Amino acid sequence: MKSKNDTMKVNKIKSSKRFENLDVVVFLGPFLVVFTIFTILPVFTSLFISLTNFNMLEFPDFVGIANYQKLFLNDDIFSLALQNTFILALITGPLSYIMCFGFAWLINEVPPKPRAFLTLLFYAPSLSGGFAYVWQLMFSGDSYGYINGALLNLGIISEPIIWLTDETWMFVVCVFIVLWQALGTTFLTFIAGLQTVDRTLYEAGAVDGIKNRWQELYFITLPSMRGQLLFGAVLNVSGSFGIGSVITAVFGFPTNGYALHTIMHHLDDYGGTRFEMGYACAIATILFVISISANKVFQFVLGRIGK
Amino acid sequence: MAKKKNVIIVDGVAQEQEMVGIFKKRPKYDAEGREIHYKKKKLFKSRVNRSFGGDLFMFLFLLIGGVFMAFPLIFAISNSLKPLYELFLFPPTLIVQNPTGKNYVDLINIMSNSLVPMSKYLFNTVFITAVGTTLRVIFGTMASYPLSKRQFPGKNMIMSVISFSLMFAAPAAGIANYMTMAAFGWIDTYWSVLVPAIGSSMAVYLVKNFVDQFPDAVLEAARIDGTGEFRLFFQIVMPNLKPAWMTLIVFAVQEYWNMGSTIYIYREELKTLNYALGQIAAAGIARQGVSMAISVVMMIVPVITFLITQSNILETMATSGMKD
Repeated sequence: MKSKNDTMKVNKIKSSKRFENLDVVVFLGPFLVVFTIFTILPVFTSLFISLTNFNMLEFPDFVGIANYQKLFLNDDIFSLALQNTFILALITGPLSYIMCFGFAWLINEVPPKPRAFLTLLFYAPSLSGGFAYVWQLMFSGDSYGYINGALLNLGIISEPIIWLTDETWMFVVCVFIVLWQALGTTFLTFIAGLQTVDRTLYEAGAVDGIKNRWQELYFITLPSMRGQLLFGAVLNVSGSFGIGSVITAVFGFPTNGYALHTIMHHLDDYGGTRFEMGYACAIATILFVISISANKVFQFVLGRIGK
Repeated sequence: MAKKKNVIIVDGVAQEQEMVGIFKKRPKYDAEGREIHYKKKKLFKSRVNRSFGGDLFMFLFLLIGGVFMAFPLIFAISNSLKPLYELFLFPPTLIVQNPTGKNYVDLINIMSNSLVPMSKYLFNTVFITAVGTTLRVIFGTMASYPLSKRQFPGKNMIMSVISFSLMFAAPAAGIANYMTMAAFGWIDTYWSVLVPAIGSSMAVYLVKNFVDQFPDAVLEAARIDGTGEFRLFFQIVMPNLKPAWMTLIVFAVQEYWNMGSTIYIYREELKTLNYALGQIAAAGIARQGVSMAISVVMMIVPVITFLITQSNILETMATSGMKD
């Protein structure tokens, strides 16, 4: 940062330019160093190591794109993981995003006191770290499981469903749990964003012929909080491609028949257990590429709202 | 002007109103001292373009959503209060009939009998939460100040890299970071958990947007008075960022408090409360009452932090918008 570049705008008051730069370095430096090492560098390390075979002990040897070839051509479990990740992300991503906005929008219409309570209620699930046991108990596979018990009692099913090991139901239960925890930071962002929309716009809109709340939503609310919508989208997209720890907590690892095996599990398996770092880095690189391109697509779509 | 209003209300009218009954609202006055008449409140805040049917639909939707959200929470709390026989009733009951604190007592007993004393796990979690949160708040806020209020070469690039980095799926960096930590010799030490707290791009992103709103005029005035940049930041800017750092505190507490086992830590003495409680709950159906107690206990700290800081968070998140 200690640049002697003369093009920088000199602050009107300060006379010593060097001192000025020094404090920027002190303020920004620690963050920038750590951020670069642990957030930016991994993108490049992953890319580089993915072209090698590396086991953390011997010096990595260069193998070109062999890891990628193996991933896409010879690794059936990876293609399963890729498929699962995409299906999960495509279902939970948009749904959770809509839920975040929908509930934030509804809550925003409520008077302040119940609003604070509802915000807590809807946000609480995402605050809960240790809820896996609750789900395991509720979706327990025998008739002691609460969901099974209730369904049996109501006569909807005649014998208990093995929720956590049946490959189809696992998927449904997983989506259910992810959606339950979906109202996190994005949700708060939207609530906050909705509260900052200029109220007078609504009255002006009514004069200009906006007839109902749907038009109001599309023509006034959404465009006024485009920034928050984008931020929420970024959080949700990167989040939904990173689903994994919830699955491990509730369904165990590996999941039965790899039914809920995601890219993240595959990554942990090769990187954290087998120490095949080259291969793991290839997986990580793919995950980077996927989450960034998904974000770009989503931003493009959002950019057209209200235009 | 504000004082004048108070005088009018306190002298005479307001007190008279209070004598009538505590439920009667005090009349409000506008700047000229005339009484303001409000319309009767509807179920929802009355605005233009609101139909009754729509309000009803909204109410139903919120009700369904609320039940969906609340159900597992109520379930956990209720089951954690159930005595043993009630846990195994068939058909199972949702709401506890004879609440007891026995599960919590059991939890404490199990905890005091574990190999590594439970106080150690608790200490670890509290330590990680406290230090990690502090580091993130201090360095995140410090970094966002020059990014918002100062001019220096490369500033815009840094900012766009930061918002770009929010797009990475978090687990993707895990393997590369493992190798970096190993190279630094940080595996199996708390450095691996705590140092990354300094580099939270999310923290800087949120606070930077919040600092943007801080009036430049105040900074200019302080600079004219000869205040140094460090004093300016810590004595003038920092206290005004309370909502922003409260928000960081909530997110950080939530993350560190719920931290289970990570790939960086192997030693049992360094593991966290969430991990240890998971081990207790892993005993399965026999300890289900205790597991429920664990879920409830783990939730208390993040919920309380959120409750304390809710309004601050909303104030911060309002400025979190991203430019396309």
